[in-house]
Amino acid sequence: MKTVASLGAWFLSWLEAVGRAGIFLAQSVFRLPVRFNESVNLLIKQLYSVGVLSLVIVVVSGAFIGMVLALQGYSILAKFGSEEAVGQLLALALLRELAPVVTALLFAGRAGSSLTAEIGLMKATEQLSSFEMMGVDPLRRVIAPRFIAGVICLPLLSLIFSATGIIGGLVVSVGWLGVHDGAFWSLMQQSVYFDADIVNGFIKALCFSVAVTWIAVYQGYECVPTSEGIGKATTRTVVLGSLAILALDFVLTAAMFGDF
Amino acid sequence: MSALDAYIDVKNLSFFRGGRVIYEDISLTIPKGKITAVMGPSGTGKTTLLRLIAAQLEPDSGSILINGENVHSLSRTDLYKVRKKMGMLFQSGALFSDMSVAENVAFPMEEHTSLSKSEIQRIVADKLYSVGLRGAANLMPSELSGGMARRVALARAIALDPELVMYDEPFTGQDPISKGVLVKLIRQLNDTANITSVLVSHDVEESLSIADHVCILAGGRVIAEGSAEEIRASEDPEVKQFLNGEPDGPVPFHYPEDALANEVVL
Repeated sequence: MKTVASLGAWFLSWLEAVGRAGIFLAQSVFRLPVRFNESVNLLIKQLYSVGVLSLVIVVVSGAFIGMVLALQGYSILAKFGSEEAVGQLLALALLRELAPVVTALLFAGRAGSSLTAEIGLMKATEQLSSFEMMGVDPLRRVIAPRFIAGVICLPLLSLIFSATGIIGGLVVSVGWLGVHDGAFWSLMQQSVYFDADIVNGFIKALCFSVAVTWIAVYQGYECVPTSEGIGKATTRTVVLGSLAILALDFVLTAAMFGDF
Repeated sequence: MSALDAYIDVKNLSFFRGGRVIYEDISLTIPKGKITAVMGPSGTGKTTLLRLIAAQLEPDSGSILINGENVHSLSRTDLYKVRKKMGMLFQSGALFSDMSVAENVAFPMEEHTSLSKSEIQRIVADKLYSVGLRGAANLMPSELSGGMARRVALARAIALDPELVMYDEPFTGQDPISKGVLVKLIRQLNDTANITSVLVSHDVEESLSIADHVCILAGGRVIAEGSAEEIRASEDPEVKQFLNGEPDGPVPFHYPEDALANEVVL
């Protein structure tokens, strides 16, 4: 009986946290900016630090994953004499699955953790209170530009990841293993559909970006403002963010590609 | 007390945090145009009082009237309007770390006034001059010493010419010269700009030297209220213990504890 009660209590507190996070998100995003120019400037600054600075890690890992995929795919496909299909394999695996998921995981580690730490530190050094004291809403000023920047950046990074992955795979399979390049491209073109593969992958990345950035800014805003609290919040961002991505990925994949 | 014109009236305020009593039914008055020092041992929730006044926290019962208006019953928009008339100097300075000194001071004006860029620049230079840091306008907060950061924060707090400035532990962690500078600045600002100042501190000497009105809090109650002279002359043992920094007295050295016998397993 006690276990049931504690399980119920845990569920209620979880539900409460989700509700709080929802209100928090609604308040930060749907409250209109007072000064348009300034909001745009803030957003551009965040787009730079959240998106542009994540480019290196995304491009490098995209290239390597494409290369590994080409190697593995080639060794299996060669057994069936259909090594040209490596282009198709690369494109589908990347667009549908690997690019959104891996980019989102990298994003949670690179941008999400830094968002949480930054906001947490602003809270610890009373900068958030200070905004409030000046009659400036910290949700609008600090949280909203970071959240929106995150949501915009991740899907774009995911597309870049796909592109560099395919280029990496091309270098390995065509340049190194000697796959015919005409077949590589034509098989890819034949099997990839814009709405089914590219758009669905983009939607996945968009869902992940909302989840990860939401978790990151919420953890930063709600953290205990001590060094230990910020450390814990940063860890939670990466752990919860990664779990949310993987769980969401299953749900989305089932919904998008599940009807056989 | 009736002789003084009240700017802030704290009435029967109670505040609890996590089951712990921070304030129980306290009442105090902050007179207009004067410097009021709120003193008390660490951990008595002096900063909490400032946050209650700024309505960042809600009291569990009682009310706080600023100019006769109950701040806790205001709408969000009205509250933000009231806050524009308040400046607050946070313990850590709380300068925005991604802005330069000048941008920090300009921020409240850019946010709340329609002044042109050149006018704001002029006021920023003026405010920084009044805290002696006009030459530091282009530095970043990370390049400032603790005392300088606090002075910049002070310049920012007075940027909108507020009616009320609240100082949260302005002297803590400052060297004697910075302390002296701050004491002089607080007094000067109060007198020249006709500001009401509230100062939260446990630095007895500095606080008593500038305060017109003093409240001492301990154990969730107001144990003394009056002018600096009245406080110094107080015969109350708790007040005397605090002012003279005596280790023994009515304020206990030990945090509330169980009887030792209950903890030692024999």
